[in-house]
This record gives sequence, C-alpha cells and structure tokens, in this order.
Amino acid sequence: MLDFPTWKKVWLWGLTLIAAAAALPSLLSTTSLKWPEFLPDPQVNLGLDLAGGSHILLEADASQVQAQRLENMEETARAAMRNAEPRIRIGDVSTANGQLSFMLDDAADLDRARELMLPVINGSGLVREWDLSVVDGQRMILKPTQDGIETAVAQAMDSATEVVRKRIDALGTREPTIIRQGDTRIVVQVPGLQDPDQLKELLGQTAKLEFKLVDATALPSDLAQGIAPLGSEIFSFAATSDFAGQSVAVKRLGGIRGDSLVNAQQGFDPQTNEAVVNIQFDQQGGARFATLSTENVGRAFAIILDGKVLSTPNFREPILGGSAQISGGFTVETANNLAISLRSGALPVDLSVIEERTVGPDLGADSIKRGLLAMMIGSAAVVALMIASYGRFGVYATIALAFNVLIILGIMAGLNTTLTLPGIAGFVLTIGAAVDANVLINERIREERKRGRRVVAAIENGYKEASRAIYDANVTNFIAGVLLFLFGSGPVRGFAVVLVIGLFTSVFTAVTLTRMWVAGWLRKARPSDINL
Amino acid sequence: MKLLKLVPDDTNIKFLKWRVPFFVVSILLIAASWALVMTKGLNFGVDFAGGQEIRVTFNETAEAPVADMRETVGALEGIGDPVIQRFGAPNEVSIRVKLPPEAEGNPDYADQMTRQITDALKQGHSDLRIDGVDSVSGKVSGEFRNDAVLALLAAMLAVAIYIWIRFEWQFGVGGLFALFHDVSLTLGMFALLQLEFSLQIIAAILAIIGYSLNDTIVVYDRIRENLKKYRKMDEAELLDLSVNETLARTVMTSLTLLVALVPLLLFGPASLFGMVAAITLGIFVGTYSSIYMAAPLLVWMGVTSDSFVPQESEVDKQERIARGQL
Repeated sequence: MLDFPTWKKVWLWGLTLIAAAAALPSLLSTTSLKWPEFLPDPQVNLGLDLAGGSHILLEADASQVQAQRLENMEETARAAMRNAEPRIRIGDVSTANGQLSFMLDDAADLDRARELMLPVINGSGLVREWDLSVVDGQRMILKPTQDGIETAVAQAMDSATEVVRKRIDALGTREPTIIRQGDTRIVVQVPGLQDPDQLKELLGQTAKLEFKLVDATALPSDLAQGIAPLGSEIFSFAATSDFAGQSVAVKRLGGIRGDSLVNAQQGFDPQTNEAVVNIQFDQQGGARFATLSTENVGRAFAIILDGKVLSTPNFREPILGGSAQISGGFTVETANNLAISLRSGALPVDLSVIEERTVGPDLGADSIKRGLLAMMIGSAAVVALMIASYGRFGVYATIALAFNVLIILGIMAGLNTTLTLPGIAGFVLTIGAAVDANVLINERIREERKRGRRVVAAIENGYKEASRAIYDANVTNFIAGVLLFLFGSGPVRGFAVVLVIGLFTSVFTAVTLTRMWVAGWLRKARPSDINL
Repeated sequence: MKLLKLVPDDTNIKFLKWRVPFFVVSILLIAASWALVMTKGLNFGVDFAGGQEIRVTFNETAEAPVADMRETVGALEGIGDPVIQRFGAPNEVSIRVKLPPEAEGNPDYADQMTRQITDALKQGHSDLRIDGVDSVSGKVSGEFRNDAVLALLAAMLAVAIYIWIRFEWQFGVGGLFALFHDVSLTLGMFALLQLEFSLQIIAAILAIIGYSLNDTIVVYDRIRENLKKYRKMDEAELLDLSVNETLARTVMTSLTLLVALVPLLLFGPASLFGMVAAITLGIFVGTYSSIYMAAPLLVWMGVTSDSFVPQESEVDKQERIARGQL
C-alpha cells in the first residue's frame, strides 16, 4: 500500500503536472501576462452569467411543418393529375384532419392515378413518407406517416438552425452558440450582447415571403365577413401598411414563394423616398416571376410577409429582370432587418422565444471578483484548519488541495466546459469537501495509533479502512451530480460539471497523491512516532 | 507542535439514549416543514412560476428604495402585482412580474413590459444599473418543475438503492429516511423565510443529498465494521460507539465545509446567496440526520451482527497471527 516504485511516481507526477498545467492559460488570461503562442491554449469558457450576454430558447411550431407539407402535396398531386396523359380529372380536394384526400371523377383512372402517386409518396429518403389508401374505389387518401412527419420536422429544424446561424452572423456578434435541443428547440447563446432586442426581432421574423394574385372577384361584403371566393383565401394587411385593419382575398395557388432569392438589400424608393427592400430572384424564381407578371399585366398582386399583406401593387409591365421592390411602411431599421432575414432565407417554421436570460457584463465581472475573494478566504480557512489539526499531514492535504483546484480547472479547460456562477459555488463546495477524504484518513490513523499500532501499520491501515467510506460517499455524490446534470439546465449544469469532475480529482489528489508523499516521507525519515 | 483536537479522545456521548425524543422532534419538524410548504407555499422564482425577473443594482444608493419602487411599478398599467425583493446586498433588488396570457407567443410583449418597468424606475433613479432579465414562459417553467421533482426523487431513490446494494436493506431505508428529513427541512426553511426558490435551490438540495449521505455512509460504514468486530455488544451501545468513533471526522468535515461556504455567503455574489444558504443549512441538518435519524432507525429495523457475513480485516488477521492466536 505504501510502496511506490519509481515508474509509478513518475506516472503520477506527470499526470498531475500535465493536468495542472492545462489550467495555466485560463488563469493567465485573467492577468495581463501572455501565454506563449506556440503552446496549446486550452481555456475554460465563462458562462453567460459570468461573461454577460443573452441566452434565448426558441421553439418551433411543428404543426406548421405538417400544414406546409400537406399544401405542397396538394400542389404536387394536382400537377401530377393535370399533366397525366390523358388528363385525370379530380374533385372534392380536402386537406382536413392532417391528410390529403381527393375524388377521381372516373373510377377507371384509379390504377393510373395510383401509379403516378407512388413515386411521390416514397419521398427521397429511406422511410416511406406517406400512406396511400383508396376508399370506395374512387377516393384517394394520402396520410403522412409518423416517420415522414419526423423526418420533415427534423429537416425543417436543421434548416431553421442554419437560418438562425446566418441571421446572427449578420449581426456581427462574436462567438454565438447555436444548438438544436430536443425535437423542436434551438438554443441561442450570444456572449457580450448588451441589448438582445434586435436579435429577438430577427429570430422572431419567419421571413416567409409570398407573391400571390389578388382575387378581384371578392365582394367587399363577403370580405368583411371573412368569406373568400372559391380557390381564394383572405389575408389581413400588416399593421405598418397603408391599409392596416383591412383584408384582401388572394388566389390560394399559383403564387411564387420568396425562398428563391439571391439577394435582398435595404434601399429607398426613388419617388417617395420611403425605405424599401430590393430583392433579386435566382434564375428559376426570376423566370417564374416573369411569367406571372407577363400573364397578369394590369392585375394586382399581394406581397405577403409571414401571413400579413404588406402591399398590393399592380403589375404595370412584365418584370423580366428578376428583381423587385418590396414596400410596406418600413422604417430604415425594419427594412434592414427584413433584408437580413430574406438574405438568410425564410425560416421553414415560426420560432417563438420561450425562455430568455440576459445578464449585463458588469454583474458578471463583479460576480467573478466576489466569487474569487470568497474562494480565497474559504481556502485559507480550510488550510488553517487542516494544518492546525493534522500538522504535517495537514500540509500534505493542503498541497493536494491546491493541485486539486488546478487539475479541476485544467480538465475543464481540456474538455472545453463552461464555468458558470453556480459553478463557482461548486468549486467552493469541492474545496470544503475534498479534504473530507484526508480528514477520514487522518482520523483513522489517529485511531489506529491509539490502539497501539506501529506508525507504518497505522498509516497503512488508515488509508485502507478509510478508502471504503471515501469510495461509497463519492459514488453517491456522483449519482446526485449526474442527475443534476441530466435534469438541470444552463448555469445549474455548470455546478454539476464542477462537482462531478471534483469528485474524481479529489480522490486522486486527496488519497493517491498524499499517500505517495506520506510514503516518501516515511521511507526517508523512518519516524518511530508521529505527531497526529 | 500541539495539534488541534476538536473532539477530545475517548469522547463517549450517549447519543442513542435520547433517540426517541429526538426522533419525535424530527418527525414533528418534518411535519411542520410540509405544513409550511402547504400553507405558506414556496416563493417560486421565474424558473418555476414563469414570468419575468429584472435584477437591478443601485450604484450610488446604499439602500434600495424598495417601497418607492413597489409604488412606481405597481402604478404601471398591465403589469399586475410585482414582487420586489432585496437579494444579497441592500442595494440589489429583483423585480418579478407574471406574464399575462397575452404574452404567450408574443415575444414583443415581454420586452415592452421590461422597458416600461426599467424606464419608470430610471426616471427617479439615474444610478440604476440593469444587471439582467430572465423571462421564462409558462411552458418552460412547467418543464422545469417536472424535471426538478424528477431529479430529486430519482436522486433519493438511486442513492438509497446504492446503499442497499453496498450494505443491507435496513441501511438503504435508513439513508432514504434521513434524506427525506433533510429535503423536507430545507423546503420548510424556504417556505418559512420565503426565500426565492429557483433552479439553483434544486441544485443545492441535490448537493445536500450527496453530502448528507456522505455523513450517513461514514457512520454506516463504521457500524458495519463494529457489527463484525463486537458480535455480542448491545445494539444501542454499538451504534453509540460507532457514532462516537466517527464524531471527530463528522465535526471536522462539517467544519471545513462551513469555513469554505460562509465566506461565499458573506462576500460572494448576491445571486448565489439562496443556493449557498441552502447548502449551509443542509450541512447542519444532514449531520444531525445521520446521527439521529439514520442510526436509530437501524436499531428499530433490527440490524444485528448476523446481518453481515463475518469478515476479518487483513491487518487484524495478521496481528492475530503475530500474537499467536491462530
């Protein structure tokens, strides 16, 4: 037990020094000293509650993805039937109850219709995305499969995360963290951001831009009652537009979506000097826009952003260049935000902020200062108590404690974990608790001496008998720490991280290292009695 | 050098003699804690209640004008009933408001509320510094509540099962009961003092579970050892011996934890106050419960030396051989 061959000593010292050295860059960064650039530079990240910044939890509305998918499927099915040779006539199309159903005019077309729909429902992936069933020999029902819905939501979330990243990058903030969480959530953390208002505005804007033809046949009286003509739907005007509070009917199908843009810039209308957004379609979108405008010269179309009509200009002439101007009572700032949102692409789903935490940078710096002060006073008190109680053995425990703090920091830097405010409390708690192992061992050695054991036997027995309780106590603490990590969120997790790392390191420093030092001293001094 | 000994050698306090009255007191304290939690309720922070919390510091005012602030914020329209409390230093204040139903799914609403409140407060106090804003929707706070309850239950059960595996079922039950005692009293204290109950407090309670069990295990480990060693000893006497033998360690460890934590309580960041206060309280409660809940329960559940297969430690055996007893 007290036998430490040279290779073991080298190995233990090496491990200790490497782990402790990993803490140095983080410690140096709080001073003005520079860490040499040619050396690796692991750093402990500071949590938002210490560095200041914003934490925003966004949640997507998954039902929207399904609705969008149904609408797409309806267009696909209609096009497939229309383009069939000879054309298959259908009617009574419905997207109610989360499924698409339509009636074939002629039951004889069933096999051909099924043939056409089969490739569509299998999708591109490995899972079947839709279930196709036929009722009464004439009605086709397409129902999304659970796998299909999940895949679609996951894809939508992937691209939503990408869009969020682009928008935050456009703000020019440093080192944002954007992570998918669970099935429908995205965590955004931006350190050092003083005012998260613009960020939230950007993230809250879906930026789903649509161009749809105005249905001029709608009667104003019907509009007021919310009754749309067949094949049309009613949208209300945006609060910023000239017609706020009114509504307009637009054709449901046959519009263009603004997701095929190559550029969007804030600009000014040359005539009115109003802030506008100039957009540029990609080639395909430009071609479709050209067709739409050529076929509908003189007619009005609605520019719809996130379900609200911005304006309803007329197509004065065919627009062939693929660029267009969007106006709708913008300020320079809102136009600029919209341009950023359009450039980064539309969010495939609406995101809403369900949790937000912002910490000012002053408070964080203050917390670190006060936390460090408290930690130093606490450590000094623990050290004084240990040395006063256990003399030489207390000194060993103290050196072990110093290494323990360094190693915890070093491991945290190496694993690139985050130190939060509760994490500081975790450090203090670990300092107080790490010496428990030394207390157990030293008290046990005292007892063994009292029973008349010789010095070496007493120390050997002390370490051995105490380690059982040390082991069990650490396992239970570990269980509590892991559960805290699993169920906790944000800063509280930082507490669990320090606690759990501290459990492992304190067994190493307080038991293994002190045993090595005590063994070295025993070998050299060969004491016949110890002061304990 | 004369070393400090907090517990004199050969201390023999008859802890177990008073086990019945102490146990009754403990049960009463548990009952009182739950009664407090039921009647006064916990002062849930935004983590668990949802809503918005704005933390501010008055840079040049020694003591925050809380009454004044309450009036200012209370007079605002659509804010409802704000909870305004000092936390930590007297110039640091938290303002908590509920989010009205309109705010669900309307991110601007909460922002407007924040701005309305801070603007109103800044008018009278130019030295006001906004330290942070937490805004938690009802959905998320509901999840936090569920997670917290799950984490506490899972932690208590998991460690009890671990003790059962490492010791005997009586020890598992005893440990679980001691933990229940500690968690109850901590909750009771928060209900009594109406300190803000946040996610940090759940972290604190989990830490308490870990450290209280630490004590329990040290005592249990010694009980097990003594049960094997003194097979004829009366149980109460044996438990007393075990508690006394580990008393020096118990006192010393509690003390090192306290001297580490108290500076954090006094000088540390204000936002850690509740958490550190809970852990500090938990150290006292946990130490007490290992002696007066965990140990006596073993007597009542009939733990005897037959509960363990007798085993001799290697050192003991060799000494016996050396003395020629084998």
